[in-house]
Amino acid sequence: MARLRTRNHKVVLSRSAGGDIGISIFLIIFGLFMFIPMYYVIIQSLKPMDELWQYPPRFYVVHMTFQNFADMFNAMSDSWVPFSRYIFNTVLISVVGTFGNLVCGSLAAYTISKIKFPGRTALFRLVRLSLMFHTTVASIVNYMTMSRLGWIDTYLAVIIPAWGSTLGMFLMKQFMEGNISDAVLESARLDGSSELRTYWTIAMPMVKPGWLTLIVYSFKDLWNMGSSTYIMSEQLKTFNYAVQQIVSGGVARAGVGCAASVVMMLVPIAVFVFSQSQVVETMATSGMKD
Amino acid sequence: MSDNAKAAAPRKPVARKDMTRWQWTWKEMKRNYAAYLMCAPFFLIFFTFTVGPVVLSIYYSFTVFNLIQPEHFVWLENYMRLIFDDDTFLKAIENTLIFAVVTGPVSYLLSLVTAWFINELAPKIRAVVTLIFYAPSISGGVYLIWKVAFDGDEYGYVNSLLMRYGIETQPILFFQNATYVMPICIVVALWTSLGVAFLSFIGGLQAVDKAQYEAGAVDGIRNRWQEFWYITLPNMKQQLLFGAVMSITQSFGFGDIVTALAGFPSVNYCAWTIVHHLQDYGGQRFEVGYASAIATILFAIMIGSNMLVNKILSKVGQ
Repeated sequence: MARLRTRNHKVVLSRSAGGDIGISIFLIIFGLFMFIPMYYVIIQSLKPMDELWQYPPRFYVVHMTFQNFADMFNAMSDSWVPFSRYIFNTVLISVVGTFGNLVCGSLAAYTISKIKFPGRTALFRLVRLSLMFHTTVASIVNYMTMSRLGWIDTYLAVIIPAWGSTLGMFLMKQFMEGNISDAVLESARLDGSSELRTYWTIAMPMVKPGWLTLIVYSFKDLWNMGSSTYIMSEQLKTFNYAVQQIVSGGVARAGVGCAASVVMMLVPIAVFVFSQSQVVETMATSGMKD
Repeated sequence: MSDNAKAAAPRKPVARKDMTRWQWTWKEMKRNYAAYLMCAPFFLIFFTFTVGPVVLSIYYSFTVFNLIQPEHFVWLENYMRLIFDDDTFLKAIENTLIFAVVTGPVSYLLSLVTAWFINELAPKIRAVVTLIFYAPSISGGVYLIWKVAFDGDEYGYVNSLLMRYGIETQPILFFQNATYVMPICIVVALWTSLGVAFLSFIGGLQAVDKAQYEAGAVDGIRNRWQEFWYITLPNMKQQLLFGAVMSITQSFGFGDIVTALAGFPSVNYCAWTIVHHLQDYGGQRFEVGYASAIATILFAIMIGSNMLVNKILSKVGQ
């Protein structure tokens, strides 16, 4: 048996140098593969015209400029909708959609995890099942539903379904299960607090990481939404749609395309950075159990 | 206090004696009416836009329906047509399975191994490294940069590299050549694939009780690989199952990336997947019955592979 190493009366776990080197090499190579494309988009967005055309392409910028970001607002000039409108649409959809998902999802997560009512297990199993398939399979019937509701070509068609999206709700329920003590809820109920009040004043403040996780996922999905089959009017289309138009506009708009992509990606990344430790905490309770 | 006691009284659990199961259930339902009201908004939307459509699609898949005339029942005709009369669909199934079988497990293992390696870094560094690996999966359409990288003229980065080092003399039209389209799409899909499963593993790894590692060292665990196998993995079984579901579902949903890179349709349908076939018949040709059959098959494949893998994984370590 290997000798047990200790330092300051603590056990030192055995770590071979070879393993350390192998792991570092893996992380560096794979990390570069992940990082370089992102880095390159950012660098390209900061380059002036003449540097964009340098050949072979360079991975640094000499004369940094924000001109591409300014030009972004004129890049969709062949569209009669002002560029800010696309941004407005995406912000509106993301904020209202995420807020609704937070309200509906946390209410459902709370009731299912903390109130013992008949049917809760069956409902949760359905939610869990929904994680196993892509919502594309619902797209045909959804189109029919939307047109019957008269929601085609309105914000409602993209916002309302997001209120019932399941991933955030699922993670929140799993997190609530382990992080809200039933005894506290029980004493609140005995004091005559209604379920809605218990949910809002006692349960919700205890599961802030769960909230943030739901927000991160819901927001990311909505923010990154491109063209939707339900939306035809140009003035209702999203920022991601506009970015794709610019990027596919070809070489003439390379810098602007990168600038738009940077704006596109920085927002969800910022939201994630802000809540990273809480998301990871929530993930510690993620699992497929009932 | 007496007011409170009165208010609390009706919510007391009903004792389950002297009544049938149904009577008891009904009593419990009445007692918990607030719970139903509270989860109603979520489940109303969930049933309207997810559960209902899936069930209806299965029904429509046995009919011919064009949105104008009422549907009529044709039993398995749509499925027969798909399997025996639609070569594009068979190609789509093949591509979908290739995509899923490659990206699913590879993305899963990459997520797990990377999360494990990252876990030993100092917290501040770990947060940054996590972000680097995770960022591509949340940054929307940034994968379009890969389209620029693989551009068909000599200005595409890959082509310029190949030509500079004399590996090729002519630029390769990557997205017009059936040999390259699938592999490139798979690489890009993998690039965006360190998502929910990856974070789940990170969360799971951090939740493992550190004392167990020390106990393990005392019990004769000699290196980090043994430690991973005997302590870490059994401790994060829940995350392993959850991550598998996320990876599998994700591996069937890369249609948008393929469309953005290779076009709709891709050259000779070389990267045509079931999702594309579904979009084609459902969104463009409005053959609802036929498209529903496609959706149902896709649904069955996704659920089936998830169930299968979950069954296998839950046996591991028992």
